[in-house]
Amino acid sequence: MENLGYLFAAYTIIFAVIFLYVLFIWRRQAALDAELRSLEARMTALTSASPETVAPERSDI
Amino acid sequence: MNNSAIRNGLGYATLALMLTALFMVFDYVPPEAEQGIAQLIFYFHVPLAWVAFASFGLVAIAGVFYLWLGDQLWDDLGYAAAETGMVFCTLMIVAGSIWAKPIWGTWWTWDSRLTTTFILWLMYGGYLMLRASADDTPQVARFAAVLGIVAVLDVPIVIASVRLWRTIHPAVLVTKQGGHGLEDPRMVATLLVCLAAFTALWAWLLMLRFTQLRTRSKMGALAMRIAFATAAASDGK
Repeated sequence: MENLGYLFAAYTIIFAVIFLYVLFIWRRQAALDAELRSLEARMTALTSASPETVAPERSDI
Repeated sequence: MNNSAIRNGLGYATLALMLTALFMVFDYVPPEAEQGIAQLIFYFHVPLAWVAFASFGLVAIAGVFYLWLGDQLWDDLGYAAAETGMVFCTLMIVAGSIWAKPIWGTWWTWDSRLTTTFILWLMYGGYLMLRASADDTPQVARFAAVLGIVAVLDVPIVIASVRLWRTIHPAVLVTKQGGHGLEDPRMVATLLVCLAAFTALWAWLLMLRFTQLRTRSKMGALAMRIAFATAAASDGK
């Protein structure tokens, strides 16, 4: 089983990096969700203050 | 079928294919006679190269459409493809380097295939640095589109490098004598399953990232409309 360490290292690095990339995407998604909630709150506040001022299309998101 | 269902389906397909690929690599395929088990790295190295090149091709196609139509959708697609392509290109280089150490006796050599691949990596690294260091303006998007189109010209050079110049990199898929260098049908089957697994993984990651970038772009436009409306409302008071 010569070179088993190289084989193990290659496959471990590949899966570790892919896992980290998925984690990065997942964290970005969490940040986007938070931003979306903040936008929705601002939109609600704005439309309740003056309904005729703005009516952004909800289908945009 | 909506996007979410497609994404979930792709995720499960990727998992199933990847588990099958791992089983075939470690339990089914015989190792190559001369290289021993280090050759098993090949079954992930080649699919990594394939998805990296496919990503960079997509960056160029998206760049052409962005320059032509000016639609933000194409810019988002190019950005997502460049990012996933860079992940896979980096892994391809790392896996190749780990294979090279026991087979060539060195982690790296300035061979024509390796050098042209490194240039490719640098160019897309530059693309991502451009995107990360500047705001998402149409000017930056145009620069990135042009860079993506220019950089993809290196992909055929990387592929042809083993024929154009003297190289120590093996030409396994298309040998210099013609045909492929995989002596056992199980090797071909394993490579095909690994290619399918990485293609599914690439499509899944690309779709996740592209959807995210689309959402971000649309939220940016919406935030701007809310800011204008807020300013208009305060002016009216």
